[in-house]
Amino acid sequence: MVDISQPAHLSRAFSIYDKKFRAIAYQAGLAVSLAVIVTGIATQTVSNMRQRGIPLTFDFWNQTAGFQINQTLIPYDTLSSYGQAFWVGVANTLLVSAFGIVLATVIGFLIGISRLSNNWIVAKVATSYVEVIRNIPLLLQLLFWYNAVLKPLPAPKASIALPGGIYLNNRGIILPAVEFHAGAGLVAIAIVAAVAFATAFSAYASGYQKRTGKQLPVLVVNLLLLTGLPLAAYVAAGNPWSFTYPELRGFNFRGGQQIYPEFAALLIGLSVYTASFIAEIVRGGVQAVSKGQTEAAHALGLPQGKTLRLVVVPQAFRIIIPPLTSQYLNLIKNSSLAVFIGYPDLVQVFAGSVLNQTGAAVQVMAITFAVYLVISLITSAAMNAFNLRFALVER
Amino acid sequence: MRKIMTGVLGAAFAAYASTVWAGTLDNVKAKGILTCGTNPATAGFSVPDNDGKWTGFVVDYCRAVAAGVLGDATKVKFIPLNAKDRFTALQSGEIDILAHNATWTSSRDTSLGIIFAGTYFYDGQGFMVRKSENIKSAKDLDGASICVSQGTTTELNLADYFRSNGMTFSAVGFADEEAVIKAYEEGRCDVFSADTSSLNAARIRMANADDSVVLPEIISKEPLGPAVRQGDDQWLNIAKWTLNVMLAAEEFGVTSKNVDEMKNSDNPNIRRLLGVEGSFGKDVGLGETWSQDIIKQVGNYSEIFERSIGKDSPLKIERGVNALWNAGGLQYAPPIR
Repeated sequence: MVDISQPAHLSRAFSIYDKKFRAIAYQAGLAVSLAVIVTGIATQTVSNMRQRGIPLTFDFWNQTAGFQINQTLIPYDTLSSYGQAFWVGVANTLLVSAFGIVLATVIGFLIGISRLSNNWIVAKVATSYVEVIRNIPLLLQLLFWYNAVLKPLPAPKASIALPGGIYLNNRGIILPAVEFHAGAGLVAIAIVAAVAFATAFSAYASGYQKRTGKQLPVLVVNLLLLTGLPLAAYVAAGNPWSFTYPELRGFNFRGGQQIYPEFAALLIGLSVYTASFIAEIVRGGVQAVSKGQTEAAHALGLPQGKTLRLVVVPQAFRIIIPPLTSQYLNLIKNSSLAVFIGYPDLVQVFAGSVLNQTGAAVQVMAITFAVYLVISLITSAAMNAFNLRFALVER
Repeated sequence: MRKIMTGVLGAAFAAYASTVWAGTLDNVKAKGILTCGTNPATAGFSVPDNDGKWTGFVVDYCRAVAAGVLGDATKVKFIPLNAKDRFTALQSGEIDILAHNATWTSSRDTSLGIIFAGTYFYDGQGFMVRKSENIKSAKDLDGASICVSQGTTTELNLADYFRSNGMTFSAVGFADEEAVIKAYEEGRCDVFSADTSSLNAARIRMANADDSVVLPEIISKEPLGPAVRQGDDQWLNIAKWTLNVMLAAEEFGVTSKNVDEMKNSDNPNIRRLLGVEGSFGKDVGLGETWSQDIIKQVGNYSEIFERSIGKDSPLKIERGVNALWNAGGLQYAPPIR
């Protein structure tokens, strides 16, 4: 038996009648033809581009851009390179995405929890918010915020003056600029130290409770730490910062920090829109925690607040985080709609002005794709890591 | 196997590519229609009228090309394009010819895979401000917010001008020219900067046209012209000589009204222009009557200028530098012989 089956098995390894061999052969065939098609297209594109004198290299990267960008986080002027313009675009995309994610999460959680409220009015207002916002295209909402809400504000000369030297006009919100003096570093160190102490104390308190069953006044101590230390440092350093107030000179305000209406419209639009989806995710997550859990917690004598914090929320988070990641990714990608309201994000600056001034369409688009891919992958990696902390640990 | 496949595929692509690229003329003739990229809405230059029919100065240029190539000035499909997308559309073959308010520059001519076929309008960049600001000169614009179209020479000239004059400004850029104008009208910017022809075209369409004024300074040279893809010399010649036919017609007094009588003229220049003598049409690769079709169906340069942007239009732009060379301007057609 053994003698006969052995050679038969061997011969089958390279037979077209062998299922496994066939499967591998199909896969290999598909891979090869795919590679051939892709190389074919790439070769043809390159040769067509060369034939027609379309730039093929990345030489433009270090050339002078020569155009201005009004909102920049990193140093940029009209003599900077196209490469620097690219980084300005990336930074602006990251800025609006980061603020958008924070704001959308806050609004989303508030609305989501409100939908579950026992108060009829609060619950209905939250429901209407979700139903209205979720069902209107984002682009229309962005145009609404920009054209209908922000642009009709008064001209700089008729600015609305708000308390604290803040002005509101159709060029945006103009805030007093902060100037740091020597000693500001001391306050920064104090803040870092306070956070470190507070974290350490929380960890100690939780260990102490596990050992003895007694609770320490974590909230009070940490609040004291977080406010007291920076305050003490501020006094010790002797007023380490001051404000320069904006003043109207010529056309616009000078000497303040300006938040442009394009940024504000994009941030509000993205946050409000994404929040409506997050609200639904939060509501779903909380409702998915079985009612028995709450009842059991109450039966053990846990008050309502602790029931929420210790029983419901940790279980709801497990359900909320994965779909929340998708919403964050959507928000980041949707920020490219900036191009319609003139906010200089990556698409507006790089896939807009740079592409047009250099004519290097293929390279510029490829880089733009790559940037969104990288930002999205990093975000989802971070969210996955966060998710691991909340995921159900099975024993 | 792989090599053979690559070879086969490559050959297939090359064959495909050659049908698309090699002869734009054959392509246009086969389709029976000219695809022309133009401005989405610039009064006087390119704008759809109430019936959706495209009219304007650069539109008429496209119609002239269609008249010469297909014998029918109505056989044009207009593709409205933003400044930002126009050269990519031409590069990629989406359009056969670009008749836009596009400035002829060295880098566009040499590094984008496109080539300009002449200058149909000599323009320059200017500034529009609100009268209430009481600004008399561009030198007073320090610190202004300026609305501009992205991907234009305007964007670059602005930066140059303010830098060389030691002034600052804040650019608010949009891809869509309509958005730029709207932003200016609604007060997002103090200044709207573009080619002066575009400024005037935008102004007559504004709700409060009299509230704005165009400043006297012209800060750049903006020769606007049609562009075609590189590597198709026959098509380049057609684009170039269509414009020259219209200029020569004006120079020799041939108009859409008198073109038939002019065929009997004794003037050898006119006889060669109209194809009565010599082989102008055949040399260009078109029929004998191509130049007659252009003039009869669309008109000479002066006719299209005056009816779209000149004295017979709301824009009332003077001929100025766009007059013929023998009338003190820059428009000059090389001899047809």
